[in-house]
Amino acid sequence: MKTVNQSVRKKDAMQLVTGQPVYLDDIAPKDCLTVKLLRSPHANAIIQSIDTSRAMLVPGMEAVFTWQDVDQNGRRYTQAGQTYPEPSPYDRLVLDRHVRFVGDVVAILAGKDEKTVEKAMKLIKVEYEVLEPVLDFRTAKDNPVLVHPENNWESLCPVGADNKRNLCAHEETGSGDVDAVLQGCDVVIDRVYHTKACQQAMMETFRTYCSIDAYGRLNVLSSTQIVFHCRRILANALHIPKSMIRVSKPRIGGGFGAKQTSVCEVYPAFVTWMTKKPSKLIFTRRESMTASTPRHEMEMHVRLGADKNGIVKAIDLYTLSNTGAYGEHGPTTVGLSGHKSIPLYGKAEAFRFTYDVVYTNHMSAGAYRGYGATQGLFAVESAVNELAAKLNIDPIALRLRNIVKEGEVMPAYYNQLNTSCALDRCIENVKRRIDWDNKYPMRVLPNGKIRSVGMGMAMQGSGITSVDVGSAALKINDDGFYTLRIGAADMGTGCDTILAQIAAEVLECPLENITVLAADTDSSPYDSGSYASSTTYVTGKAVEMCAKQLIEKLCEQAAQMLGVHADTLQFAGDRVETADGQKSVSLTEIAVAGQCGANTALEAAVTHSSELSPPPFMVGAAELEIDPETGETQVIDFVSAVDCGTPVNPNLARVQAEGGILQGIGMALTENVTYNAKGEPIESSLMQYKIPTRADIGHIRVEFESSYEESGPFGAKSIGEVVINTPLPAIADAVANATGHRFYELPITPEQIAMACLHRDAK
Amino acid sequence: MTIQFTLNHKKVSAEISPDTVLYDLVRSLGCASVKCGCETSNCGLCTVFLDDVPVLSCSVLAARADGRCVTTLEGLQQEAAEFGAFIADQGAEQCGFCNPGFIMNALALFRQNPDPGEDEIKEYLAGNLCRCSGYEGQLRGIQNFLAWKKQKEVAQ
Repeated sequence: MKTVNQSVRKKDAMQLVTGQPVYLDDIAPKDCLTVKLLRSPHANAIIQSIDTSRAMLVPGMEAVFTWQDVDQNGRRYTQAGQTYPEPSPYDRLVLDRHVRFVGDVVAILAGKDEKTVEKAMKLIKVEYEVLEPVLDFRTAKDNPVLVHPENNWESLCPVGADNKRNLCAHEETGSGDVDAVLQGCDVVIDRVYHTKACQQAMMETFRTYCSIDAYGRLNVLSSTQIVFHCRRILANALHIPKSMIRVSKPRIGGGFGAKQTSVCEVYPAFVTWMTKKPSKLIFTRRESMTASTPRHEMEMHVRLGADKNGIVKAIDLYTLSNTGAYGEHGPTTVGLSGHKSIPLYGKAEAFRFTYDVVYTNHMSAGAYRGYGATQGLFAVESAVNELAAKLNIDPIALRLRNIVKEGEVMPAYYNQLNTSCALDRCIENVKRRIDWDNKYPMRVLPNGKIRSVGMGMAMQGSGITSVDVGSAALKINDDGFYTLRIGAADMGTGCDTILAQIAAEVLECPLENITVLAADTDSSPYDSGSYASSTTYVTGKAVEMCAKQLIEKLCEQAAQMLGVHADTLQFAGDRVETADGQKSVSLTEIAVAGQCGANTALEAAVTHSSELSPPPFMVGAAELEIDPETGETQVIDFVSAVDCGTPVNPNLARVQAEGGILQGIGMALTENVTYNAKGEPIESSLMQYKIPTRADIGHIRVEFESSYEESGPFGAKSIGEVVINTPLPAIADAVANATGHRFYELPITPEQIAMACLHRDAK
Repeated sequence: MTIQFTLNHKKVSAEISPDTVLYDLVRSLGCASVKCGCETSNCGLCTVFLDDVPVLSCSVLAARADGRCVTTLEGLQQEAAEFGAFIADQGAEQCGFCNPGFIMNALALFRQNPDPGEDEIKEYLAGNLCRCSGYEGQLRGIQNFLAWKKQKEVAQ
């Protein structure tokens, strides 16, 4: 392969490193209206009265909108970026008289600049009828206080939702007789694990610019992963036809799933549609921390049974998920907690996976890299680590006895066949590189500090089976260069580049000959968007197929020019020639012929969906250094091996892995969204919400152990999400190996570790 | 109030309010490379040079620039491209949003300490957050750049 599997620079790299104006706030016109949101100070309240008259007296104010400007009996909508019909319930109005979390939107203000709008905001008088909130998700189900008592709440899919029970989703699945198998097990690990809400904390906060175009349509430029879903969300929210909306995206300053939810788009869209004037909304960091779309808090009850040799016989998992005030991604994230953890254990004879997703008066949760698998893998992998400790079996040896193999059917993964899997090689790789046998479980350094290791495994999917759609359109231009149009959104991950690499590989041309246009609902072919680890595997396949189709058209054009049959021709990148090489026509000549007197469009478009979602696999091991006196804990080395099939661009795949691992480390040790007794979120800035700095980490080392996935483009699977999962169980186990105390809740803080060391010493 | 200062080697004068922060001023003067990531002086995205010293422009009053030199990445394009290419060769620019602030501060480090060790690099740049890269690719890029520079100097 000439271009695929090569570590080429991202096509936009030099523009980014030299700080060119390519992001939303760099290109939005400066004279547009500034939009700001007045937010509720109460976790659950009904707006009794709202007086905006004094606010509108502030010079430069354009408009203030309240619930009175929105039909309270109109159809509700969801902000979740999902394929229609969305599993997430339709439970929102743009402005709702009933506010459901501290930070819920009470009024939309638009004025000439930030100072004007901020001054006006202080002059709005609101009287609330304050209601009792539901703040503990363990008490939410069947609580007499309902988060969504309204009758126009709607669930489009059979996900077991019932707003009169605070239920956003419920399901029970399984295979075999779990209770009977557990009863026959030599050992059962029976534990409850708790993972907290965490923020994606992408460096660029949520932001959108809206204007009315020459056709009177609403043009939305937004930092989003999901242009097509966003168009539908806006149509549903504003109750206007989709034909009146265009959504496109500039460069995106990070997403990680946060921008798979239309967190901010509806508000400037509402302003611009009502006033017909351009407007923009830039979320503050505070808003991005307190009124956004963090990871679902989950509590997972695991019962894991095994024989005395450590063979896992049965896994029974119950997950309780906290979707917050609205149901974005509630019914779907939870599924991954079981479906992407249980299948790792190929020898299990039975499993049961049950879940409830409940409403509370927290900010709405949403999509964050890993999407529920992260939580479930922490629980199941931690249980397996505890099993290994209890049986006195090395956790790596225990994994090797249990793991799912290539060619096996995975009952807990929708009965899909494990078509490509190098999990065994990943384990051996990590074991060797971290020097496991010499480091497990721990040692005390001369200075009293403890070094310990722990490990975990992970899997994810590659797109949503038979739901996610990737599309590509390719055309040739004069000079013989190509334009690739896609609806996938490069949020920094490099998908514009890797999709161009796939096209260049098929078209046998240099990467520079492919220009990429993405993503725009008016000009891109339909793509469900960049999420669910779908872009490389699903859209990438569409690009491969599209390029092959375009080659056929180029050969047909060449056949006409050469006066021969197309099936006697072969494509050779810069020319098309007869099989004997006697006659040929250059690509430039073909392209020019396609522009002069031509009757055929030299372009192709392909849409692709996969009946498979082949899992990428990963193994990670953490080496910690713990100061037992202070509890200070540093990951000094994190060693991992990833099976993402063929890495289309090894550099970009590696950085995906390194970045994802550090997010997982943050989730294990520092990151946490908490609320006070009134339901106010505490971590409202990057000062309180601690994402790792470069001083917090030793080294992260990544290698690839690639299988070859036949159904993917050039053997590729996904990489984006699987990478966040392994640090959680690996670090928790390393802490247990160092302190003798097992933690079942994340994050594990220095205070907790110091106390655990103190307890151990007291014994 | 009116202030006069040098922005990227050009003399400019600007009408500001006493509470205008330097971040807003330089962006309003077309320096779009300067980004805001946090509002609480935590992220390093808004780093600019004030008389060649890196400062967080979100936390410096614009009035402080009066009579002084302010430099943003727009004024350091050649250096940015030269060093940035090594970040790009790792794919470590990722979303790119933190890059201008990170690169400004890295350039400040190289001026102050032409041969920093790994711990010195980490310490100096600890205030430059990045959520995409896990920092490893940035570290490799920095080390490769320093090695290249050293080699170039030896060759000269």
